[in-house]
Amino acid sequence: MTRKIVRIAFPILVLLFLYVPILVLAFYSITDATQIGSFRNFSFQNYVTLFNTEELRNMIIGTILLALGAALIATILGTLGAIGAFYSGKRAGSAIATVNNIPVINADVVTGFSLCVLLVVVFGIAKDTYIPLVIGHVTLCAPFVYLSVIPKLRQMDSSLYEAALDLGAKPSKALLKVVIPQIFSGMISGFALAVTLSLDDYFIATYTKPATFDTISTYVVNATKGSQTQIKTALWALSTLIFLLVIVFVVVMNIRSWRATKKGEKA
Amino acid sequence: MRFSRKTLGIPYAVFLLLFVVAPLLVLFYYAFTNGQGVFTLKNLTDFFTDPNTLGTLAYSFAVSLATTVLCLLIAYPVAYILATSKLKAKSVIIMIFILPMWINFSLRVTALKEILTIIEGNLAFYPFLNSVLGMTYDFLPFMILPIYNSIVKLDISLNEAARDLGANGRMAFLRVTLPLSLPGIISGVSMVFLPAMTNYVVLDMLYNSTYIMGSLIGSYFNAYNWHGGSMIALVLLGIICVFSLITNGKEDEEAKTGGALL
Repeated sequence: MTRKIVRIAFPILVLLFLYVPILVLAFYSITDATQIGSFRNFSFQNYVTLFNTEELRNMIIGTILLALGAALIATILGTLGAIGAFYSGKRAGSAIATVNNIPVINADVVTGFSLCVLLVVVFGIAKDTYIPLVIGHVTLCAPFVYLSVIPKLRQMDSSLYEAALDLGAKPSKALLKVVIPQIFSGMISGFALAVTLSLDDYFIATYTKPATFDTISTYVVNATKGSQTQIKTALWALSTLIFLLVIVFVVVMNIRSWRATKKGEKA
Repeated sequence: MRFSRKTLGIPYAVFLLLFVVAPLLVLFYYAFTNGQGVFTLKNLTDFFTDPNTLGTLAYSFAVSLATTVLCLLIAYPVAYILATSKLKAKSVIIMIFILPMWINFSLRVTALKEILTIIEGNLAFYPFLNSVLGMTYDFLPFMILPIYNSIVKLDISLNEAARDLGANGRMAFLRVTLPLSLPGIISGVSMVFLPAMTNYVVLDMLYNSTYIMGSLIGSYFNAYNWHGGSMIALVLLGIICVFSLITNGKEDEEAKTGGALL
């Protein structure tokens, strides 16, 4: 009996630990409270502030554009790298695989700092050009795209590509029409992973970004040190919106995969 | 030039050389030179003789170890209970535990900070505890997922066989399930231990002004001291290398990437 209670109670306690802070913040985001604990009225002022303050709006749009851009470049580079490495000789292939793992294992602080030293201090590229920031985020993301695509290449039936060549397709066309469709799901999950990595990054952005530009992470960290109440409570609204977006995204993905498995069962 | 699939890898190989290998070489150069570009071991000896930096190293290990142990103590039972339950919607429930992973960490830590402030009154009373809680809050999903994945794919008949051969429930767990879930544990630990040594923003946000290794890099960066910062980065790199040599090959790669891919 106690066993059964523990089996149910423990996971619920952990869920409370994970969700209570987010939910409390969500509740206070729709009030006029300036700090957690007391409020007078419900109000959507925080959401109005979030979308009407230019600084906040720019920071959100900038973060999203950076994530999409870096993820796109990372997906192209990482996929090409995976195809190249997969069909290269053993030594070249394993060399790429090894170096590819360095940013994955390395601490983001070290990656960001070393890129800053190389690009800004040694090469003298100004941070204002956004080049160090974009390179930093592509370096963060591309290795994960590579790791998502490689398993798909391994699963692929290699004779299909040969068959396309035998039937007269040019190698480039065979690649586009035969190989890419088979690894496409890996590219998509690599892209999705790249977007989330870029959105969550703090360290690489801190060391490579222009002084006037902020991502959500760098902005929030600076804002918690400051004392601007209006901005602080507007960030509660941002946190709540992101939470809702993530829920919607996960539910949609789950329904899709649930439908896919159902179809699979029928067939 | 004749088209070959191999050549497609060239742009990425060049990219890796330029932005992964070259930065590390530059770190070595800066760590072992001074402002005039003359070779020196001063940065290295400074690090290992200064009580402040050694204290920082020790404090980093303490925070990181406490975080890893706490994450493991919470994550293993949760993963085990879920993976061995007979619920049909297991994969949906595990998703609920993983979901916070996709909310920006700075916003989540802000939320935790507000709650801790209410409970403790003043965050300054328990800086170490708060930092460990903050890191645990941040990293817990990364520990739950690989352990869950490694337990859920275990062959249940192995456990039953142990029972049939006379082991009691505890013995069967300790001698069969636990060793077989070790790759998941190692994956989880590797995703928590190293980030916990370097993620100094969590400490900053929870008003813990004690330095960890990451904060040292941050402070050298703010002071434009590339040589000192490079040495700290190298020390961290050394720790990471030792750590990944220990865990090399023992990890559950599938569990790890499976988690990354949703």
